[in-house]
Amino acid sequence: MDAVRPAARRGCVMSFISRGFRGRRRTDADPTRIPPGQYSTSDFPVLSAGPTQHTPSDRWDFHIVGEVDEPRRWAWEEFQALPSEEITVDIHCVTKWSKLDTVWRGVSIDTLLDGVETSAEFVIQYSDGGYTTNLPLEDVTGGKAWVVYEYNGAPLPPEHGGPARMLVPHLYFWKSAKWVRGLRLQTQDEPGFWETNGYNNYGDPWREQRYWGD
Amino acid sequence: MAGTAVLGRLTWQPAEVVDVISETPRTKTIVFNVPDWPGHQAGQHVDVRLTAEDGYVAERSYSIASAPDGSRLELTVERLDDGEVSPYLTDELRPGDRIELRGPVGGYFVWTPSQGGPVLLVGGGSGVVPLMAMIRARAAAGSETEMRLLYSSRSWDEIIYRDELGRLAGNDLTVAHTLTRSQPAGWAGYARRVDAEMLNKVAPRPEERPHMYACGPTPFVETAAEALVQLGYDPRRIKTERFGPTGG
Repeated sequence: MDAVRPAARRGCVMSFISRGFRGRRRTDADPTRIPPGQYSTSDFPVLSAGPTQHTPSDRWDFHIVGEVDEPRRWAWEEFQALPSEEITVDIHCVTKWSKLDTVWRGVSIDTLLDGVETSAEFVIQYSDGGYTTNLPLEDVTGGKAWVVYEYNGAPLPPEHGGPARMLVPHLYFWKSAKWVRGLRLQTQDEPGFWETNGYNNYGDPWREQRYWGD
Repeated sequence: MAGTAVLGRLTWQPAEVVDVISETPRTKTIVFNVPDWPGHQAGQHVDVRLTAEDGYVAERSYSIASAPDGSRLELTVERLDDGEVSPYLTDELRPGDRIELRGPVGGYFVWTPSQGGPVLLVGGGSGVVPLMAMIRARAAAGSETEMRLLYSSRSWDEIIYRDELGRLAGNDLTVAHTLTRSQPAGWAGYARRVDAEMLNKVAPRPEERPHMYACGPTPFVETAAEALVQLGYDPRRIKTERFGPTGG
């Protein structure tokens, strides 16, 4: 079985054979779902730049702020009462692992932004602990992004971003902020935490946009 | 976005193996010559790319073990028995072989001598690798910055860089080992998993505002970082790198 997508061959003209390397292609993961340079894992590794945040749900709330006609806020109970969806998606971490068919429950950003008037074209996710990550607004609307609070049918554990995290599965997973507390809509783009530390401003795994200049 | 324009694309570069050093039964240091290496900061990593004859490609990230030193670059790799890439790097590579790598990557989990200290380094297993780059950078710069390493290994034989750490200790570099599974006869160091009490003994006081770096398996880093927060250290000064069992 040829496990190599055409995209994964990009740049191979310039590359060379690693003597004696055969690789071990996984046969249990559909290769067309693994972006270039990624490998499939059944584990769920934890990546964070600092200590895990522990915000109890009774002190958690979620905000829409910035370039909006009126800021919005939901306390935990109010957020839980919003219409939620079960989402089954593949996720791709810039550290090379991909995990297929992950199952989450949460609220679509379309629901949170419903009726919001804005001239913003960019959005900053901000989190407990100071983490931020930036995106074009159009990358979180149209059924592409959620605030999730369940993973595999159970409350999201703190090390994976609980009580709630963003889920933006079409981009590398650092674009899905753990411990998220709000979205700030902006007319100007503003690189976030990893984006100012060497990582790509957009982060499309299918174009392997890992680092600055990719 | 001023930042992005400064650096160009990180391109794949050929890296020739010049030496393979056995560190422990499970880890080897591979010394590369990378002719166009742009230099790096201690704590950064590189991406490694291997290409099989049929064009199949595998990529992984590895921390840099060496201090900046021209075109010489060292990676220390732990062999994961069910891994796809690490057994190739540790078992197959020999001097004269070439692989591809690109980097350096990462601008957060880094320390440079000009940052000063004090510095607390907490490493578990092969998580010591980027911390060793910091220790080596400090030594190479002749820095007298106070630096303390708390390093957890399973056994005496699994301590990576054991002799070099012994040589470098002193002059305000403190090295404390804990051996979690077995200890040699007469062992006077710690003999349990890292905990708050151990960190409290080893670390500079919170009011000294140390720069803190913890690297190792996820549960190790979770424990160490949470203990430091409980001990009153500023969470924003605790930088972490976690790796799961799937590093490959």
